[in-house]
Amino acid sequence: MSRAPAARVAPVPSAARPRRRRGFIRTYLTPKQAIPGRARVILAIGSFVFVFGVWSLLAALVQNSSPQYGALFVPSPYQVVVTWWDMMVNLSFYNDVGWSTFRIVAGFLLAAAVAVPLGLLMGSFEAVRSFFNPPINAIRYMPASAFIPLLILLQGLGEDEKITIIWIGVFFQLVLMVMDIAHRVPDEMLNVAYTLGASRWTVFYKVFLPATFPEVVDALRITMGWAWTYLIVAELVAAEHGIGSFILIAERYLRADRIIAAIITIGILGLFTDTLFAIVHRLAFPYVQKVRA
Amino acid sequence: MSEIQIADVAMRFRTRHGEVRALERISLTVPDGQFACIVGPSGCGKSTLLMIAAGLVTPTEGEVLVNGKPTLEPGADRGMVFQSYSLFPWLSVRRNIEFGPEIKKAPPPERRKTSSELIRLMRLDGFADAYPNALSGGMKQRAAIARALANDPEVLLMDEPFGALDAQTRQIMQELLTDIWQRYRKTVLFVTHDIEEAIFLGDVIYVMTSRPGRIRTTLRVDIPRPRTFDTLTGPRFTELRNQVVGIIHEESLKAVESELVRA
Repeated sequence: MSRAPAARVAPVPSAARPRRRRGFIRTYLTPKQAIPGRARVILAIGSFVFVFGVWSLLAALVQNSSPQYGALFVPSPYQVVVTWWDMMVNLSFYNDVGWSTFRIVAGFLLAAAVAVPLGLLMGSFEAVRSFFNPPINAIRYMPASAFIPLLILLQGLGEDEKITIIWIGVFFQLVLMVMDIAHRVPDEMLNVAYTLGASRWTVFYKVFLPATFPEVVDALRITMGWAWTYLIVAELVAAEHGIGSFILIAERYLRADRIIAAIITIGILGLFTDTLFAIVHRLAFPYVQKVRA
Repeated sequence: MSEIQIADVAMRFRTRHGEVRALERISLTVPDGQFACIVGPSGCGKSTLLMIAAGLVTPTEGEVLVNGKPTLEPGADRGMVFQSYSLFPWLSVRRNIEFGPEIKKAPPPERRKTSSELIRLMRLDGFADAYPNALSGGMKQRAAIARALANDPEVLLMDEPFGALDAQTRQIMQELLTDIWQRYRKTVLFVTHDIEEAIFLGDVIYVMTSRPGRIRTTLRVDIPRPRTFDTLTGPRFTELRNQVVGIIHEESLKAVESELVRA
């Protein structure tokens, strides 16, 4: 190695450099290449415009060709918005939203309350993992919705049946995700704590647990989305209130507009919870550098 | 007085293909204030040896003694610096450095004094409140070394701490480490596969054989301290390097050959 003095090159003043325009292909079609911020916003808005545009067009076409029944089966976006308002004001749809949200929250919290601790234990202790892993892995492949008839037999049509469905749907997935997260905590991180004088217990709660938290919150966020699916299925099968039962009744009255409005409501609720999780994540774990989602 | 002694340590693993002898009867003593380096071909078990020294792995035979007392578990007397993943990402640099003292329940003002001094010495000024994610690779390792030193261990065990850094950063880190070592005079056991690094840093170099790892040669590095960048171009440095390169090359060949025989 020689110690040559660093070459000193005067930077070219940027104004003097001709501004190079990068070609369309190079800007937008290079894999993993970041695109300009403005383009990102335009694309995001554009996707909504596109979806609603296609939808409006489709509705207009169908309603034109069949003026009598067209609006019944393929309502336009505007008609759906009007229906949604009508549902809220005249049909107490918010009541159904409330019931569904209650079931989701209850089932999800009960599932997470067991799945997260158990998953962490399974990820850190081989004894616990060897005991619980085989049955959980098997049950995971049994669709939660297939349990609905059985649970109706056992629990009836009340709230506990709905909550159990969500619990089954969330628990078995979440516990394995958390186990995996715990299992991935690097050994070095724990070892270094031991060599700093930490006891097993200190390593567990001061190193192991905090190391898993950010990803556990991510796992909760993902499984929350699945919880909605299971709930709606349960409500579609049999329920007195809830978005799912509202959809079922709307179907009997041939109200496609109400069904669509209800489905969109679920989507918005999902987006809302997802944002909530993202905010919690950002506030609780400021040290995690996340790729822009 | 802080000395670490590895006494007749042997390590065997049981695998599906039978027993693998990783380490065979290794004995060495690092006396108080000595900087000892272990070099060897990859796969010779030098990292395993360091894990054993730290108490993180139990050897099949033999024991590790600190100041003459056998050790059974890892502890604050043997601080360790790993190649990677070792800083706690949820703690600021300062909190990382204060981790050991905090466990020992040192009073906060004292902790703060220790961490401030090490932050200055390790040239991490301005990054005390930064999270590890915001640091470069070299800074991360400086913080990791600072954290180990903050605990004031009897022995410092370092497992290729600069192995993941680029050549320029590594050189700077080596210079910084010799400076720090001159200041604290810790007993150090340093594992590396980088021969020049071992000569630049060490008082003594243990050259290991390929698997099963044994100590093949012990070399005293008689280059005076303080060592600086110019040490690297000195005649004695080149001489020592050629000597070690020859041995390691021979051992690496053996390792490759034995792999071929097995295949």
